[in-house]
Amino acid sequence: MADTHSIIGTKNKKGQTYTDTWKMMNEAPRTPSFYTGSEVIKEAIRRASCDVMIAYPITPQSEAAALIGELFAEGYIGDYFRGESEFAVMSQCAGAAFGGARVFTTTAGPGTMRAMENFPMWSGARLPIQMIVTCRGINSPLSIQPDTLEIAYLLNTGMLVWHAETAQDFFDWILKGYIVSEEPDVHLPLALCCDGFFVTHTKDVVNLTPADMCLPPYDPYRSPVPCMDMECPPVRMMRDPFVMKSNYISYATHASWQQEIWAAVERSRKHTIHWLNGLVDTENTDADIVIVASGTAVSQGREAIRMLEDEGVRCGLVKVKSLRPWPEEEIRQATKNAKHIFVPEFNVTGWLAKEIRATVPNSQRVHAGPHVCGGMTMPPEIIVSEIKTALGMKTFSMAGRGS
Amino acid sequence: MSDYRVLPGPEHFLPPAAASMGIRLPNPGEAHINGVITSEDKAYEEAARQFLMAKVPTVFPGPLVLWAWNEKAAKKATAVRHLFNTLKECVQPGQKPMLIPMPDYRPKYPKINPEVEINPNHPNLTIWHNKIDCCMFIGVHCHQANLSLKIIRGGTSCYTIAMCAQAGHEDAMLSFRDASVEKIMRLADTVKRLKGTVQPRLTSAKNGASS
Repeated sequence: MADTHSIIGTKNKKGQTYTDTWKMMNEAPRTPSFYTGSEVIKEAIRRASCDVMIAYPITPQSEAAALIGELFAEGYIGDYFRGESEFAVMSQCAGAAFGGARVFTTTAGPGTMRAMENFPMWSGARLPIQMIVTCRGINSPLSIQPDTLEIAYLLNTGMLVWHAETAQDFFDWILKGYIVSEEPDVHLPLALCCDGFFVTHTKDVVNLTPADMCLPPYDPYRSPVPCMDMECPPVRMMRDPFVMKSNYISYATHASWQQEIWAAVERSRKHTIHWLNGLVDTENTDADIVIVASGTAVSQGREAIRMLEDEGVRCGLVKVKSLRPWPEEEIRQATKNAKHIFVPEFNVTGWLAKEIRATVPNSQRVHAGPHVCGGMTMPPEIIVSEIKTALGMKTFSMAGRGS
Repeated sequence: MSDYRVLPGPEHFLPPAAASMGIRLPNPGEAHINGVITSEDKAYEEAARQFLMAKVPTVFPGPLVLWAWNEKAAKKATAVRHLFNTLKECVQPGQKPMLIPMPDYRPKYPKINPEVEINPNHPNLTIWHNKIDCCMFIGVHCHQANLSLKIIRGGTSCYTIAMCAQAGHEDAMLSFRDASVEKIMRLADTVKRLKGTVQPRLTSAKNGASS
């Protein structure tokens, strides 16, 4: 076992230099590159000193998973294979992480749902696995198109959940995500979500760190639980667990275990703020109207704000980067001057609006919408229209468009 | 800053994790006392004072220092033994320092012997049986230590100290971080320096146990 600091500056078998992560992300030169989101995932993982990648094909993450196969062929990943199903994949990821590996996987939509049982298990076992979720429709009738409903199901698993807006976010947050989730006081899995297709399959200019620099390797000996010990919880608890005993202390221990997972989510707050430069980004929060959004709804909101400015309506913007830990205080502060809070979302239930309503005082200020789902796009005009309608301004209707 | 304070219990049927009450871990070079960030210097003084006041000051070494899995661990174990010996030298008649191991985290059924070892899932049994009113965790994996510390706070009045090799523990009443041989030795030195200056509690340990 080598100390992380003693590894910095040495080279891995591909000739990449293990680099101090802060220097690599903030001080190293960046090269602008024109890539799809999937290609960006590959480039981030090239630099992530990842030991194991396991995935099962499901649109729209399949391309990223396949591209990482190329990295394996090139020798950048220790091991790589396709599981039998998403459930199998997530269980195999757990096995690899129990053994002390830095693990990466990708999933989407119904795959996320199929594997769901594993996510609270990952958290409960304190496994810092990183999972890319390229969100798509989950319901019947089948849709492979963008839809963020699956994020709502991840919010109470005990995982860290971040929602990337752009491919640049994706590149940076994959690398920073490992650093946050592997902190010994956190040591939780990270679901790094993006809106499928909008981010994964469109090309964008992304500033990449040098390919000859990589993250320091994962040090499993900093884990808050023993790494792979079949005689100890959380592994052995599956066999003769305290949770199966019917007495107060067994229940209290299990309750304390659950509390500890959420305490670890809380502890990630300080590290997430440090690495992501805050849990939210804000613009013009002194305005009467504020749009609060995550993922690509932020981009659409930004464009709507520009259009409204042309009509003399000033709007602020809150980009929610981290959903877990939840930026409760940041959102309260950023919306304290707002008379109206609009929450555009790519899902039918409006889970983000519900979270915001539960966070801000005078929650009648929160307008849950506009919503689109099932793969529909969200033209900025419908955000503009929603805002103007709420303000009693004349607006045009987009109903019937496309007919 | 949170108004919540991490104090000896018994606190609640199910006490909250201190982190969820807004208690934050210290940064490198800092410690916390009752959830308030403080200097390490102050923490050494307070930890030594608590040890010297206690009727049954106890060190709970965990697997990370009980097993010689690397050179550092072996050196830490020697330092822990030195701290315990120092405690024995510095307490007054009527005080009974103890060294009780937490060798592993296995659920032990039908039961462990709480007189001789401590299990993170049932720490209150050991505290109650041995009437421990001040204890220090060292070398216990962070997750297991947090479980134990919270259960102790929930059901006993024991004062808890964590000498953590990582980021520290909010669920202890006092926590160091980045524990090293030097830090353990410095705590022992502080105990020695304060010998005779601290009035021990002469009444029975108030740990929620019947005496």
